[in-house]
Amino acid sequence: MKFLKEVYKNKVLLLMTLPVTVLLILLNYCPMFGALMAFQDFKAYKGFFGSEWVGFKNFEFLFKTSDAWIITRNTLCYNLVFIILGAILAVILAIIFDLLGKTRLNTVNQILVLFPHFISWVVGSYFVYTVLSFDKGILNGIIEFFGGTPINWYNEPKAWPFILPIAHFWKGIGYSSIIYYSSIKGISLDYYEAAKIDGAGWFQQVRYITVPMLKSIVIVMLILHMGSVFRSDFGLFYLVTRNSGALYNVTSTIDTYVYNGLTQGSNLGMTAATGLYQSIVACILVITTNAIVRKVSPDDAMF
Amino acid sequence: MKLFKKNEFVEKDIKREDLPKSIKAIMTTITTLLSFSMLIPLLLTISVSFTDNETLMLEGYKLIPSKWSTSAYEYLFKAGSQIWQAYGISIFVTIVGTVAGLFVMTTFAYAITRNSFPWKKQYVMFVYITMLFSGGMIPIYMMVSNVLGLRDNILALILPLCVNGTYILILRTYMRTSVPPTVVEAAKIDGAGDWRCFWQIVLPMCKPVVATIALFLAVAYWNDWYQAFLYIVKNDDIVPIQLLLKRIENEIQYLSNAANTGLTGVELQRLNENLPEESVKMALVVMVVTPILVTYPFFQKFFISGITIGSVKE
Repeated sequence: MKFLKEVYKNKVLLLMTLPVTVLLILLNYCPMFGALMAFQDFKAYKGFFGSEWVGFKNFEFLFKTSDAWIITRNTLCYNLVFIILGAILAVILAIIFDLLGKTRLNTVNQILVLFPHFISWVVGSYFVYTVLSFDKGILNGIIEFFGGTPINWYNEPKAWPFILPIAHFWKGIGYSSIIYYSSIKGISLDYYEAAKIDGAGWFQQVRYITVPMLKSIVIVMLILHMGSVFRSDFGLFYLVTRNSGALYNVTSTIDTYVYNGLTQGSNLGMTAATGLYQSIVACILVITTNAIVRKVSPDDAMF
Repeated sequence: MKLFKKNEFVEKDIKREDLPKSIKAIMTTITTLLSFSMLIPLLLTISVSFTDNETLMLEGYKLIPSKWSTSAYEYLFKAGSQIWQAYGISIFVTIVGTVAGLFVMTTFAYAITRNSFPWKKQYVMFVYITMLFSGGMIPIYMMVSNVLGLRDNILALILPLCVNGTYILILRTYMRTSVPPTVVEAAKIDGAGDWRCFWQIVLPMCKPVVATIALFLAVAYWNDWYQAFLYIVKNDDIVPIQLLLKRIENEIQYLSNAANTGLTGVELQRLNENLPEESVKMALVVMVVTPILVTYPFFQKFFISGITIGSVKE
């Protein structure tokens, strides 16, 4: 009774929460429940409630294939490169942008570096193609100019561990450098003034003030990204590589693997098992990293 | 980030007073080279779209081709009814999605920041959980396409991107810190209802954060191809521009595979005729980027300050 009274009293506020609640239940909570199909021999015509339960069989299947190892390795290794190298590059870039100050050229450069962030990977994949295309791309044009033989990049697995990070940094470096840049702007100038009186040059100021002051935000960003180390940017790994079969060994990640499983209609239960495996590890990682953030810098903890 | 003090307005040149000219020159060169090299693919695409097709066949992609031509754009403007349709769909989805997303998320945030609302904690938890754990691509796909039956429905392009836990929490944080509860309570005593408080008091006070989220949403909707890729299968009338671009790429892949898998000459020729020429493809890419390219100089400042708003924690 008391509950109903509360509901009546808050009817307007409840109405306001309704659309989001319904959407989250339909698009987030129901699929969580649906993830249990990883334990089924799922058949589309039988549906979720009609399919047979098979326990951990799908997971056994998955981990027996060499695919499980390859996609886990690729997802983890690329993400580690993206996160660690990305942080170093972004910090260096942010420090340089800060040192160059508010000249017009510097402002323009900052704006240009951020621009690729707003481009979708569909368009990005065309951009990459203009560079890497076998017969027309500028990279092969340059190689030919210097007398080399052109390379079919979309069939050359060895090149992609370098191409993918470059493409990733092309799109993302501006964004992360801005985060660090605004943190540098937030450092009190008193520190620099004091350092100057003590005779510190520009490099010593960077070395002993800027870098140490950035340490906490860098650590927090690193830890936060670690939480998503098991997820991959589907557009980058699927579109930019043109889903080229010759490259699967070095480019397929958990997400592209699940997608290819879905479209090729192969064992759906096993594909769902792959997805569930990803979600569970990702969830554990987020919770663990959040616990670590809470220790290192409670202000930045997510919950 | 409480370590830092805001002092953007007292920017003095302490840090760079004794930066040697030579170092400064090197740094400027590096950043300039970097930023322009990041633009090269875009510039290349633009110049390819303005290149004469035969020249393209002979020379490949060049920043400065020997023969320019606007035939690709003429072709698009004349023949491209599907392209304009797709353009319209993208604009529609972007506008409707952004407005709908803003409306549902701001009202939600308003409700869970009212002190009188008894289930604040539970609702926040409800949102947090969705950020922690995801059912994964396949169950979500099954839900949207089979259970809700939204395959080939424009709602499948709008609903999945409409609500985002992170944005809700950013809105909530901002409302809690920047709208004093006493203002709303005073209005309530004067007889204003919750809707009125929301529209006339809270929303205007939250302008910066609402604008930021609007920007995030609009960019996400405009650039989205993934939802369309998954859910728009048969209905060609509601293909957004990004998916159209993706499909053209697929056809070309199909053709290059077909060359190896022994299709007959006639079939190959037929495929070839239906394919848009290289410069037309790139012209389409340019058209997809143009809205962002044109608005970017205006919204980038906004976006940069938005990143800072987003990272503000209580």
